[in-house]
Amino acid sequence: MESARTRDRVSKTVMYIILIIMAFIMLVPFAWMILTALKTNQEAISVSPFYIFPHNGWHWETFGEVWKSYNFFLLYKNTLLMIFFRVVCACLTATMAGYAFGRLKFPGKNFLFSLVLVQMMIPSTIFIIPQYLMVSGLGWLNTTAGLVFPGIVTAFGTYLLKTGYQGLPKDLEEAAGIDGCNIGQKFLRIMMPLTRSSMVSLGIFTALFAFKDLMWPMIVCTSVQTTTLAAGLAKAQGRYGSNYPQMMAAAVLAVIPMIVIYVIFQKQFVEGIATSGGKL
Amino acid sequence: MKEKKKMTAKEKNEAMWGYLFVTPTILGLIILNFYPAIDTVIQSFCKTGDFGKGNVFVGLANYQRALADPEIWQSLLNTIKYAIIEVPFGVIIALILAVFLNKKLKGTSFFRTVFFLPMVCAPAAVAMVWKWLYNQQFGLLNNIFHTSVAWISDPKIAWVSIGIIGVWSIIGYNMVLFISGLQEIPGDYYEAAEIDGATGIRQFFDITVPLLSPTTFFIVQTRVIGALTIFDLMFMVMDKTNLALQKVESAVYVFYNYAFTQGNKGYGAAIVMILVVFIMIVTVIMQRAEKRFVFYN
Repeated sequence: MESARTRDRVSKTVMYIILIIMAFIMLVPFAWMILTALKTNQEAISVSPFYIFPHNGWHWETFGEVWKSYNFFLLYKNTLLMIFFRVVCACLTATMAGYAFGRLKFPGKNFLFSLVLVQMMIPSTIFIIPQYLMVSGLGWLNTTAGLVFPGIVTAFGTYLLKTGYQGLPKDLEEAAGIDGCNIGQKFLRIMMPLTRSSMVSLGIFTALFAFKDLMWPMIVCTSVQTTTLAAGLAKAQGRYGSNYPQMMAAAVLAVIPMIVIYVIFQKQFVEGIATSGGKL
Repeated sequence: MKEKKKMTAKEKNEAMWGYLFVTPTILGLIILNFYPAIDTVIQSFCKTGDFGKGNVFVGLANYQRALADPEIWQSLLNTIKYAIIEVPFGVIIALILAVFLNKKLKGTSFFRTVFFLPMVCAPAAVAMVWKWLYNQQFGLLNNIFHTSVAWISDPKIAWVSIGIIGVWSIIGYNMVLFISGLQEIPGDYYEAAEIDGATGIRQFFDITVPLLSPTTFFIVQTRVIGALTIFDLMFMVMDKTNLALQKVESAVYVFYNYAFTQGNKGYGAAIVMILVVFIMIVTVIMQRAEKRFVFYN
């Protein structure tokens, strides 16, 4: 028994060492991003002596400069609006369709649901050119509507919500039926509130996907005034690429809001990704 | 057997609500996805007219040009090479971390938070940071190791450097899926193995790996498709003037260049079609493999 205990202790130590090394590797880029942002450009590109920490004071003012010169207020606003409308549209359409597919009987249901499944199997790159032509035809280039456009409906979300509705017990609805509710009322008052966790998963997933997407905002919002954080960074890199503290300060400003939200709602994030397991 | 039952009023009512509820989604899918998919196929047979209007049918010309273009083949090869780094390393490292974090050690939630962190960051920002770490003259990596490796401009290693960013970014996501898969394995299996005196490593290969194979398959499948459509990392890390660009640019990157930077939608459409067919073939092969290697209870 003594040897088993030693073995246990050794294996625990090995596990901790590996975990700590990995955590270190994961954190170094973040640390270097922040440390570089706080240096002067002179310091950032000095090789000898090579400084890990800022040497001539911590230059917090770089964040303020970058905020102004890169129009971060607009980037935040545009990103937030896009995320808000995408999440609302996706949750609304998906919860309705999910309820119908999971709970109601109607002719042609299987065929219509197969459309949802087929969409999930097609790589989304194939949609981009015609979607762009439609947005440009509607005159929605450089607008929030253009940014939201491809995310109005979601096959993946419909599938997720359908599974959520199917998991609810059957007698709930029957009890409500006796009380004289019609199907719409039943859906709104009883069923929809019960799928809250699936909705939260879908909302987080949609928000993350929209926040991270680079190609679509780059295509439809070419002006710095109307684009999102991700695409704004790409533009900034092209223009100010050699001022490293400024670039890193911009990167910090772009990632901070989502990191803060993640740290607060960690449980929901992790569960959302684990249960939805969607394609990011 | 064609006899149709007459629907009662209650069934009719239910069907009406059903159609009402699925209409937005189905209409949306048709307008936003199915019509575009067909339109892309049509465009791939057309030459984009001047001023972006008036497509001219050119038959297979776009495909002939694409299949004869070494850049297209190279970009497909680059994409596969990226996937060969990202998928296996991203999956294996994530699996090991997930197994450790499932052991109820102290500090589990701290480690989980840290590993998942890159997942909530925009790849555009992540790529910018790594580009700075990789900087040949002033970057952290060369400074720490006292080397002067051209991480992202040496054609021989640039694809590995990009792959490393991909692995770093995806570990947390794979790990979270593995942890939820691990939690579904009944504890009795391990207790029984413990009594039989099986070691931790033995248990890992005899119990964890087979029982976790559905999760593993799911992750591998989604990540293969994700890796084959990679774009952000290449776009953000590789400057247009980078000498290694030809050996790193992914298929979607080349598509973006032709379709949107140069405005040749027809040729871009043909490139997408080639990529989609390739992905479909890979998917079918993986589905076959699933039947052989995945263990369902």
